[in-house]
This record gives sequence, C-alpha cells and structure tokens, in this order.
Amino acid sequence: MSRFQLDGVTSDEARGLLADMIRVRVFEERCAELYAESKIRGFLHLYIGEEAVAAGVIGALDPADNVLATYREHAHALLRGVPAESIMAEMFGRATGCSGGRGGSMHLFDASTRFYGGNAIVGGHLPLAVGLALADQMQQRAAVTACFFGEGAMAEGEFHEAINLAALWNLPVLLCCENNRYAMGTSLETSESQVDLALKAAAYAIPAWVVDGMDPLEVRRAARRAVATIESGGGPVFIEFQTYRFRAHSMFDPDLYRDPAEIERWKLRDPIDTLGRWLVDQELLTDADIDALWERARTETEQAVSAADAGPLEPVDGLLDHVTVPRTDTSSTGAR
Amino acid sequence: MSSPSAPTDLDAASVAPVQEITYREAMRMAIREALADDERVIVLGEDVADYGGTYAVTKGLHEEFGRERVRNTPLSESGFVGAGIGAALGGLRPIVEIMTVNFSLLALDQIVNTAATLLHMSGGQFSVPVVIRMTTGAGRQLAAQHSHSLEGWYAHVPGLKVVAPATVDDARWMLPTALADPNPVIIFEHNALYGEKGTLAPDGSPVDLESAAIRRSGDDVTLVASGGMVPKALAAAETLAARGVSAEMIDLRSLRPLDIATLQESVMRTHHAVVVDEGWRTGGLSAELSAVITESCFWTLDAPVRRVAAAEVPIPYARHLEDHAIPQADDIADAASELLEVGE
Repeated sequence: MSRFQLDGVTSDEARGLLADMIRVRVFEERCAELYAESKIRGFLHLYIGEEAVAAGVIGALDPADNVLATYREHAHALLRGVPAESIMAEMFGRATGCSGGRGGSMHLFDASTRFYGGNAIVGGHLPLAVGLALADQMQQRAAVTACFFGEGAMAEGEFHEAINLAALWNLPVLLCCENNRYAMGTSLETSESQVDLALKAAAYAIPAWVVDGMDPLEVRRAARRAVATIESGGGPVFIEFQTYRFRAHSMFDPDLYRDPAEIERWKLRDPIDTLGRWLVDQELLTDADIDALWERARTETEQAVSAADAGPLEPVDGLLDHVTVPRTDTSSTGAR
Repeated sequence: MSSPSAPTDLDAASVAPVQEITYREAMRMAIREALADDERVIVLGEDVADYGGTYAVTKGLHEEFGRERVRNTPLSESGFVGAGIGAALGGLRPIVEIMTVNFSLLALDQIVNTAATLLHMSGGQFSVPVVIRMTTGAGRQLAAQHSHSLEGWYAHVPGLKVVAPATVDDARWMLPTALADPNPVIIFEHNALYGEKGTLAPDGSPVDLESAAIRRSGDDVTLVASGGMVPKALAAAETLAARGVSAEMIDLRSLRPLDIATLQESVMRTHHAVVVDEGWRTGGLSAELSAVITESCFWTLDAPVRRVAAAEVPIPYARHLEDHAIPQADDIADAASELLEVGE
C-alpha cells in the first residue's frame, strides 16, 4: 500500500478522490441491480474498476473546459457535475433525464457542465473534440477539451485523423485513453500491432505518457501536468491510463474471453479499496469516515432512484421534437 | 439579414437589371460575404486555400481572410467534417467543403451518426449549425469514384437539411440562409453547373431552404428535377413544346424537407408527372418522389408516375457510356411523350 504518494496532491484532494470513486461505484452497482429489475434497459456499460481515471482527470478540469466521453460514461457525467437524479432518470427513459429520455445510458449530455456525451460510435467523438478545441482556440478562450476513449478506438481511423489534426493545429486537447485491455471481447494483443499505445500516439509528435490508471493520485498528477502543458500552448497531450474493468463489457456479455484469475488479480488493485486502506494507514481518514462516504453515496443514489421513478415520461406528442431546431428558435444553438 | 423569401420564377428575374455570373462565382461571392460579415465563419476542407478548392470555388479567399479562417485540412474527411461539427458546437459557423459526394462516404459517420443525431440524443441541448458543401454528379468522365449522385441517401436522414442549388441565384443566396440555420445543412453542387453562366439580380436576398420553384409553367405534364438535372429538364420542356406538349418544370431546390405542396398543386393541374434523378432508381430519391406524388395525387393522375433515373451501374469512364448512364434531356422528353402518348 505504500506505493501511493501524495506528492503534490493535497490530503483533502486525496480524500475527495476516494469520495468521488465511491459515489461512482455505489451508483453503478445500483444500476446493475436496476438493470436486473428491468428498470434500466438497452445497453448498460459499467465502469466499475476504472473509477480512478475519471475521478483523477475530471477533478483537474475547470468549468470552462469541455468533456467528451464514450458510452461507458456514467462516472464522467456524475463527476463532471451532472446530477445523479438526472442521469438515473435518463436511464429510466424519463422526461427529467439529462437527455430527455432520448439518449439512455450511452448518451448522457449536459450543456451546463459542458458535457458532450455519451458517444457510442467508437472513435467518432474524437473529431468532435478537435472541433470544440478549434473553436476555443480561434475564439481565444482558455479552455481544455478532455476526450475519453478506450484503447479499442486506437484501431479506428477517426482516432488517427483526429490526433493528427489536433497536433497539426496545436489544439488544446487532452486525449485520455482508458486502456482496459479489452475492446468488448477483443484483447489488446489481438487488436493492436503496437501494444505500446503511448508510443503509437507519440508518432504524431505530441507528448504521450503512460500512467497507472489504478492509482488515482498518479492520475490526478498526470492530468494536472497535462492541463498545464496544454494551457501553456503546448498543444495536445495523450495519456494512456492502464486500467481494468471488473465487470463484463455490458449486461449482455457472459465474459467468456477473460481468465477469471486475471480478473481477480486486477481486483486486488481495486482503486477504492487500496486508496481507502492507504488513507487509513496514513491516518488521513478513519474507517468510520470511509463508512460515512459509502453511506452518503448510497443516500445520493437512492434519492436519484426515487426521483427518477417519480419522473414523468415524455409525452408521445413530443416524439418528433429535437430532430431539427425550428429556424426561429436559436436558444439551443451551441452551448455558448 | 432580411428574412428569406421564396425564389422567383426565372422569367421574373429578367425584369430587373442583371449581372452575368457563373455558378462558381456566385458560390464564391456567397462564401466571401459570409467570411466578411461574420467572424465565426470559417472554411475547412482539402486544398481550399492555395489550390483554391478542387473546383476553384474558394480561390483567393485565403489571401483575403487568412489561412486560419480558410483552412486547408489533410486528407481526413471524417476528421475534418467531425471537426467542423465540433467547431459548430463550440460557437463557430463552419463551412466544410468535401471534394465530391463519393469522398463524403468517408465522413458518413460524422454526418449521419453525429451531426444528424446530436440534437435529438441530447434532448435538444446541442444543435449543430454546420454547413457542408460537396460536389456531386457525373458528366466529366471521372468514372465510378468521382461521379455518383448520392443526394438521396442524405435526404433519407432526419436531422439534416439537404439542398441542391441549380441556378446562380440559389448558388448565391442559399448559403446565408444555410449559415443562419441552427441545423446541419448539406449543399450539393453539381459539377456540371460550376461553369454555367446565369443572371444574378442585383437586388437579390437570402432565399428559403424549404420551397420548390416552378422554373417553367405548363399544363400537360410536371417535370420534377433538382441540381444538375434542372437544365436538362428545362431543355426537355423545350423539346416537348415542339411536340405540342406544355410541360411544367419544378426545381426541387430542397431535397429534405421536400416541398410536397408545390408538387401536389402542380400535378393536380397537369395530371401527369415525370420525376428525374441523376441517382440510381432503386431505393432512390425518384422512388420517394414518385411515392409522394402517388400518395397525394393518385385520383387525379391520368397515368402512373414515370421515373427517369441513372442506369443501375457504377458511372463508367467512356464518354458515350457515361452519357447513357445518366438521364439526358431527350430521355426526359421521351419519357414525358410516352406518358402522354405523344409521337416524338
């Protein structure tokens, strides 16, 4: 447990990271139950095991920054500040959901926190991140666009087109590769000719780092360093966060492609368990404090479930809403 | 900007003092005005700066507005179209140029899965005010990877607006309306039209992106066409006049949404319709138009709707084969003559 080091991360921040990861864990474990109860339908992709990445990076961002994520994005939305109840309501398909029930688990969006999804075409949101950063650069706004994607996206052409554009135009983009080693059921070794993903990204002549994605303190330090590099005009930064999902790809996945022993080995590195124990060892938290964090997260999640349950369904009359914006209504034109 | 109005009949435009101009120049004039009027407007695309654009539409604009705003991109259609979409989300008003509709297939993910869906998926929070221009059509012996007409595919997709300017007036005045629109708008420019000259009324103003235009009035048959097929349909109408047939010619202008009311009103008068599309027949725009007319005018039709569309073949290189692969004015005139049982 001694592998953790504060090293620039305050003890308050370390406690905050634990609290954030617990919020996500409790929320998502409840999602799995709700899926079994058929309250949540469609695809449901859980982030359990990977929480240190979203917690470490998103806490290093400013409100003016943009965040884009994949279809495994409950953590990113929640930690970016999208209310738990509007995320849960979205998964319940309610009008009170953050996307009005149009998106579901894979398409959480929230303009007020500059959260641009919830994108379910692997690699498809990377060009979007480039464009958002281009708009910031051309309009002289100091903002970073953080884009999360899995290692599977690095086999997509859109990854290469986007990282090339970001590098060519020196754009303020933080490329966060969540390498959980499996693109659905396809292992890294069977999908990438070059498994050193940072080396691959470095071919675009940008800083590219490898970071232990099970160490939330290290993730936070790396994210802060990347943001500083980007803000100093250094252009895009790529970080490979090495992590692991403890659950199957989605609720439909029988997880036949992974050795159960491998999963158990990674679970020993559960970022919530390990950081919690370390904080207690360091006398930065007590067991009772940690119990209180879990309790608070459970309360938040249960309130979200109740609120979502009480939320109205969007009237069917509104089925065709939000296909095109009526020309006279410019209220939703972009986020700014 | 004044509110857009429906385009006038071509005959009416000749009343005012006129300016002779090519379709390409009209388009460039529109882009230059947009860049000058709104600093949020940028142009993105392959070789849009020094080269001047594949079809020379953006020639010289980088000298006036700089390479930041008239920005060359690498050969990354999905990347730069997606960047245009993202820049629109971020408050810019990008005009993205794609060399041909064939190349746009490399960006289909961004156009169909992102631009067309974001507003809906986000419950109305994020609109995408991007304009995507692309060249379409055959006629220059560019063979099967530069000559197709896939407008119908885009017109299939909710969330997009799709227009096809066929006249210099529309080339000049559709763009400002497209840029003011909060939705993604795709502009199809037929490659055969770029060098076409026309008259531009000096008092023109932005036009709407919804209504079809009756380019020639007639009583016996309605010819429906868009983009590069409009001059051919007008030529067919001349041929038909010599055969004693009075043909009405409707330029669709907008392929999504379709102006069904104008089609219906015309066919209710003429009782006959010939639908022309440079795209393939099977599952194409002509099928949709035929269905729309049949659904709304069935009881007043004197004959089944006729379709004149591309042969079911990748567009070939050789001139004579290419000519036969796509609809020509005589094909349109003959189809109308057969429909009306008039001798050629």
